[in-house]
Amino acid sequence: MEATHVHGAGHAHGGDHAHHPKGIMRWITTTNHKDIGTMYLWFSFTMFLVGGVMALILRAELFQPGLQFVEPEFFNQMITLHGLIMVFGAIMPAFVGFANWMIPLMIGAPDMAFARMNNWSFWLLPPAGILLTASMFVPGGAAGTGWTLYPPLSIQMGIGMDMAIFAIHILGMSSIMGSINIVTTILNLRAPGMTLMRMPMFCWTWLITGYLLIAVMPVLAGAVTMLLTDRHFGTSFFNAAGGGDPVLFQHIFWFFGHPEVYIIALPAFGVVSHVIPAFARKPLFGYTSMVYAIAAIALISFIVWAHHMYVVGMPVAGQLYFMYATILIAVPTGVKVFNWVATMWRGSLTFETPMLFALGFLFLFTIGGFTGLVLSNTAVDVQLQDTYYVVAHFHYVMVAGALFSAFAAVYYWLPKWTGHMYDETLGKWHFWLSFIFFNIAFFPQHFLGLAGMPRRIPDYALQFTDFNQVSTIGAFGFGLSQLLFLYIVLKTIRSGEKAAAKPWEGATGLEWTVPSPAPYHTFEEPPVLTEAKGHA
Amino acid sequence: MNEKRSADNRRVLVRMLVVAGLMFGFGYAMVPMYQKFCEVTGINNLLNADDPLRNTQVDTSRTVTVEFDANLHGLPWSFKPGQSSVEVHPGELVHVVYRVNNTRDYPVTGQAIPSYGPQLAAAHFRKLECFCFSRQTLAAGESREMPVVFVIDPTLPKDVNTITLSYTFFEVAGTVAEPAQKMTRPGA
Repeated sequence: MEATHVHGAGHAHGGDHAHHPKGIMRWITTTNHKDIGTMYLWFSFTMFLVGGVMALILRAELFQPGLQFVEPEFFNQMITLHGLIMVFGAIMPAFVGFANWMIPLMIGAPDMAFARMNNWSFWLLPPAGILLTASMFVPGGAAGTGWTLYPPLSIQMGIGMDMAIFAIHILGMSSIMGSINIVTTILNLRAPGMTLMRMPMFCWTWLITGYLLIAVMPVLAGAVTMLLTDRHFGTSFFNAAGGGDPVLFQHIFWFFGHPEVYIIALPAFGVVSHVIPAFARKPLFGYTSMVYAIAAIALISFIVWAHHMYVVGMPVAGQLYFMYATILIAVPTGVKVFNWVATMWRGSLTFETPMLFALGFLFLFTIGGFTGLVLSNTAVDVQLQDTYYVVAHFHYVMVAGALFSAFAAVYYWLPKWTGHMYDETLGKWHFWLSFIFFNIAFFPQHFLGLAGMPRRIPDYALQFTDFNQVSTIGAFGFGLSQLLFLYIVLKTIRSGEKAAAKPWEGATGLEWTVPSPAPYHTFEEPPVLTEAKGHA
Repeated sequence: MNEKRSADNRRVLVRMLVVAGLMFGFGYAMVPMYQKFCEVTGINNLLNADDPLRNTQVDTSRTVTVEFDANLHGLPWSFKPGQSSVEVHPGELVHVVYRVNNTRDYPVTGQAIPSYGPQLAAAHFRKLECFCFSRQTLAAGESREMPVVFVIDPTLPKDVNTITLSYTFFEVAGTVAEPAQKMTRPGA
């Protein structure tokens, strides 16, 4: 094993094992970026299943018009928790997990810059997850406002709302610490010779995502703190009875909320920018333009927030401004999509599971982007606001975008993490089941929205029944397919063909120079960069 | 090397924490910022009512002069319009006043009857509020400002540029509380 090492990788491997705690204490006290990355990923997958079960409760209720299984209040709570858990508990921690595992390996660093803070930022997550899920069982139930927590409802709800607010505070602290760690690691711990513009694209996306998180998570923390003081300490930020304005919350929330969309999307872009070149066996097309596109998307994301609230009664001039600014985002996003396509142009393509998920991402994310452009038009949005069209749009972006990219990342790096190859046949099954059922679940929702079915309502008019039944069947199929994913991952950990240090022929980057599985300690001496090991 | 690196890391950490702290403050700063913004632009002022209702049918392309006239028919009052004439656009809501004063030391009741010149203007002259809608009883020596609110219908024929609104106050017989012998009826 040691024989295949590049400089410095894993020298202290054997000696170090002697003093780490065994069993549960190993995981509680660990400061190792690989352990912490693993914990992030398992936490994320657990929350993904919890949030997924909630989604299936919603879809089961919507299988038929009328009320079958749950009360409307409980339906609202499921809507809220599904949104909060999927955004803050599943997708974000998944990409932080990838960052923890892979960024030090990609830039040739021995660990994250602040290893203990890294431990702390992970261990804040389980209490927050528990707070959110436990809030279902308190008097009055969980928050039923939707994940956007709009007042006046969020000022009026019971203690479940306070638990959600505290959970958001904790998740926010965890994200801020995590992103400070990632930014510092990328800025300070790169191997000598790795300039910023030679850095792998995943690091670039995370560097900018880190800045976005540091800029907007505190704003969300401020907004929910204002909610909390309105609820309990007599302030009137949003309480109209005391002279406050509920619309103000929407402005503050979406100042966080829109960059949040890119916080989720940018690392997904980063993963795809690794997977597509690896399986097209060509370097990424337009590296520099990719970097500028990421930066442009991040900057523009700060000035488009009110396109989420065209119908609050803003002046036409405001609506026009936000419409044009929003449409502007299509330009850098288009640059990225065209660059990925150009990377594949005349490449030697093979379609292993990571590539399938990356292509699924590319295809479906583009559809989600187009429906986003439709919604950005204020005249159209007035019709479609709060309909299922919006639900379909953001699930194309969040599930087929971020989640598919996360699957691509798992399959791509699983050999590096476990030292085993996953079962390619099962992986392909997982992709095709996910891809087909995803579209069965969410494509009909476009039609439902265009026909006027409102979101977040447990009942609907009879004429929506057929499409809702199709959607529910798709949702259950999609949900069950993810159990196959769990099986594949467990099987890969326990058995499977031995993976080479670089299991993918076309992969580039420092992470493939260390053996598989990656030793507990890597790059204690910084690697020596050659031209070939530059950016992916 | 390690010393320097951890000093570098700490510097980035402190900077990032400062940014995070500032952004938390920025969330709160948005409250007065939006307040000021709405105040300056006049958007969303919850404490004031919405814009007063405006008639969107105002025909600003034409102007009509409305002249006011006041006559008394045997009443011991003084009765005058508050303004001799106004310029109005058809469709526009107009407020004017008439002043009336009972010069006697007993209450008198009168009823005003409007007339228009030219006569066809009557069909296009919409009074929304007028003292002529009801009888007016003035106590001894009382003076009063009486409103007239009207709209000139935009269908007013184009060749009518001046309308004269004339009121004549008549005494309403049998409503006077004072002895009848005190009353004089010139011309009767």
